[in-house]
Amino acid sequence: MNNINPDTNQEFRVIGKRIPKLDAAQKAMGRAEYIQDIRLPGMLYGKILYSKYAHANIVRIDTSKAKELAGVHAVLVGEDVPKKMKMGFYKDNPPIKKNKVCSFRDEVAAVAATSPEIAKQALDLIEIEYEELRAIFDPEKAMEKDAPLVHEYHKSNVLNLPWHLHYGDVEQAQKESAFVVEERFTTQWVTHCCLGTSGAIALFDAKSNLTIHTNTQIPSLAQKDFLESLKAMGLENKRVRVIKPTIGGGFGSKLDTYAYEHIAILLAHATRKPVKILFDREEEFKATSTRQPTVIYIKQGCDKNGKLTFRDMRMVLDNGAYTSWGATTPSVMMMPITSLYRVENVRFDAKCVYTNNTYSQAMRGYGNPQATFAIESTLDMLAEKAGIDRVEIRRINKNQPGDRTPQGFKISSCGLSECIDAVQKEIAMDKNEKRERGIGTGIASLIHVGGGARIYKSDGCGAILKMDDYGKVDVFTGGTDMGQGLDNITAQIVAEELGLLVEDINVIHSDTDVCPWDVGAHASRSTFVAGNAALGAAKKVKQTILAYGSTLLDLPVEDLILRDRAIFCPKHPEKTMPIDKLLRKAHFSPQGKMLMADYFYDPDNENMGKEFKGNLSVTYAFGAHGVKVHVDEETGKVTVLDYVAAHDVGRAINPLLLEGQVYGGVIMGIGYALTEEVILKDGQTMNANFRDYKLFTAKDAIKIKAPVVETYDEYGPFGAKGIGEPGCVPTAPAIANAIYDAVGVRITNLPITPERVLTALKEKKE
Amino acid sequence: MTTQISFLLNGDEISHEIKDHWTLLHLLREEMGLIGTKEGCGNGECGACTVIVDGLAINSCLYLAIEAHGKHLETIEGLAATDGTLHPIQQSFVDEGGIQCGFCSPGMIMSSKALLDENPKANHEEIKHALAGNICRCTGYVQILESVEVARDQISGPISIQEGRGECNE
Repeated sequence: MNNINPDTNQEFRVIGKRIPKLDAAQKAMGRAEYIQDIRLPGMLYGKILYSKYAHANIVRIDTSKAKELAGVHAVLVGEDVPKKMKMGFYKDNPPIKKNKVCSFRDEVAAVAATSPEIAKQALDLIEIEYEELRAIFDPEKAMEKDAPLVHEYHKSNVLNLPWHLHYGDVEQAQKESAFVVEERFTTQWVTHCCLGTSGAIALFDAKSNLTIHTNTQIPSLAQKDFLESLKAMGLENKRVRVIKPTIGGGFGSKLDTYAYEHIAILLAHATRKPVKILFDREEEFKATSTRQPTVIYIKQGCDKNGKLTFRDMRMVLDNGAYTSWGATTPSVMMMPITSLYRVENVRFDAKCVYTNNTYSQAMRGYGNPQATFAIESTLDMLAEKAGIDRVEIRRINKNQPGDRTPQGFKISSCGLSECIDAVQKEIAMDKNEKRERGIGTGIASLIHVGGGARIYKSDGCGAILKMDDYGKVDVFTGGTDMGQGLDNITAQIVAEELGLLVEDINVIHSDTDVCPWDVGAHASRSTFVAGNAALGAAKKVKQTILAYGSTLLDLPVEDLILRDRAIFCPKHPEKTMPIDKLLRKAHFSPQGKMLMADYFYDPDNENMGKEFKGNLSVTYAFGAHGVKVHVDEETGKVTVLDYVAAHDVGRAINPLLLEGQVYGGVIMGIGYALTEEVILKDGQTMNANFRDYKLFTAKDAIKIKAPVVETYDEYGPFGAKGIGEPGCVPTAPAIANAIYDAVGVRITNLPITPERVLTALKEKKE
Repeated sequence: MTTQISFLLNGDEISHEIKDHWTLLHLLREEMGLIGTKEGCGNGECGACTVIVDGLAINSCLYLAIEAHGKHLETIEGLAATDGTLHPIQQSFVDEGGIQCGFCSPGMIMSSKALLDENPKANHEEIKHALAGNICRCTGYVQILESVEVARDQISGPISIQEGRGECNE
């Protein structure tokens, strides 16, 4: 491992070290404050009433009894919501619905009261008469001509979104292919299951400026959404302050603003008191958004040597009744479809279709797990058909540094080959190797954005750095720590650059009043983008310190370095000065100065232009997963015996936290593959609790190896790339491939339940 | 209906008037302001609200406050020493990466404490069994199990491989 900082030729002091999370002790003591723990003076409690039907007209709504209940301060219905107050990028979702409901999670009324119990009682007193309408739950059927319309004004259940690309000539390439495989896959609804449920507290000051405490991964974009809501409420030119408490899990769930936040704002405005809305677990399952479910049709082909010739994919995405970021996941699915392995001829078409189901949002991987499931499953099928070893076919087609993919991605660093090596080292992939009955191994690879993702006008993040008289630093960052450890990464980068210790760095990320703009904690971008922002600010401060130190020590700037909390000259070790002393000298001299710097880092990546071409990310993360499973042919149960997740991370800034991201991602991916599903029956969530939504527990814990491949990306902070999502991307196909290897059945529908395995085994026998 | 109950909480004698339907979780969090004990589900399914009552780890969301009368309660707030030194289990969760978002951590740590108080040489399988009622979404449990093993070794001294660290899927 290369441990030398190329800038200073000195060994890294902080980068690459297993430094525990800065806030872990607070959390271990139970002192961290989550939204659950915040109570403001005079605060009211808000509750939301949801629809009783998947699709119905609201004929009559009577809130008079609820309003009369002692302790109730406000009752709101759809009529009370300003017309222009709508959520989501498609603006099809008012926070409370007025004349019609389109899913069971539709909000129909909301109450603010002096206690949660009274608010709940008030909900029970609201009378609503519905007129049930014919509903539609199957996205493919919803595209048919006589299907009921979810939104009549939209004229069609198919959303007007541009998800289509075609590079090269797929038809011709198919004709020229030696081998072609074709399959249909489906993926299910799964949900984030953050241990801390959703919640927000909204309050207005005397001048109608809004402060909102809320769990969010997008403080700056949330601020924009809330400003738009205020505008719709007639509150022009007001300020919105977003304060993030400690976040009890993110995984993409907090990438949009939700009805409960906008309802809290409406209730706070109606009552002029702070209003808190906190979800219970059942609500969290029913009324937060899932990963986008898909129906996938895929064809892939290769020549007689195993070189991929074309990839042709068509998808139908169940959009649910409203539109959030789930409908934009095809933009990220394009990445593995066009750029996982070298393939020149590619076609992709995705339709997002309104149904009366729940609507989807971002979840770890943002479409990549679905697409990769189909790509990597059919790659094994293709290898078998062509008579080529499954690892070999991956090596033949692997991405390499310097590649320009059909979509225009510039592959800077790429450790895919080394990741495949690492998998093979840990798990035997030789098909001819003799194994016990029911044992099989599988492999699958991934590509993901690793250097930002320009899906918004800006992919930037700001950092402000200020030093005090004692050698301590405050870093105000736009980035969001939701448990993944961005605070550490930020502190380690700044400490390394300024020759300080991690404990000298205080990272503040919780308040839009003091923190600069950031597009959000998504796309595995925070280490790369927020890291580069902090590094940029630290470099500016460092230049000032060195210049000032040069005067004080009477040495040339280029001979000076910062190390061990001091400015130091390797050539003249006796000439040194502690940083805190230097800072005080700078501060307490005539025309004194405090050391501060700001930096806004917006990566040099491109918005996808015409035909979705453009270098979406400055660099890309690669990985390969290998798994050994046992399939019980009597019960259909799949047990994961060994798991190896090899990732090209550029450089591991903090291996302890890096491994935590990989382990957590892998288990989430295994749950996606084998056990997890939000079960909807005619639009209604049937398993809104942890008994029936099957998460892995400690008892099911799996031995995971997480070898790290370091490619030292030239654009990353100290060479690092993102790793937040990749852990859960190729998990499902690796397992599906291992099941096929074990018992010869190809499971194409997730999750791979014992029932599905047994059914497939039975069909195989017949 | 209200009742006056008294109990020992982290070594302090407490007397508190309660409503009979209150859960222990409600009493601790909402009435006494002890926010360290978390509510993750309210149905006894996630373990975030785990506290120790007379040596046993329980889900305080399913436990009526009135039942705590005369009992000895331990919550996350009582684990660290008065000088702020973390309990070895807390320290190992910090050092080994057992904490990410932290919402499950107090419950995880209390379940671990109840186990190691009772069985200071708990092996890998026993640890997995003891934590089976505590859900974590961030860590995949790998570093949590390591944390408990490191704490166990800290408390009891290292134990032999045969006794202790088993393979996950045996």
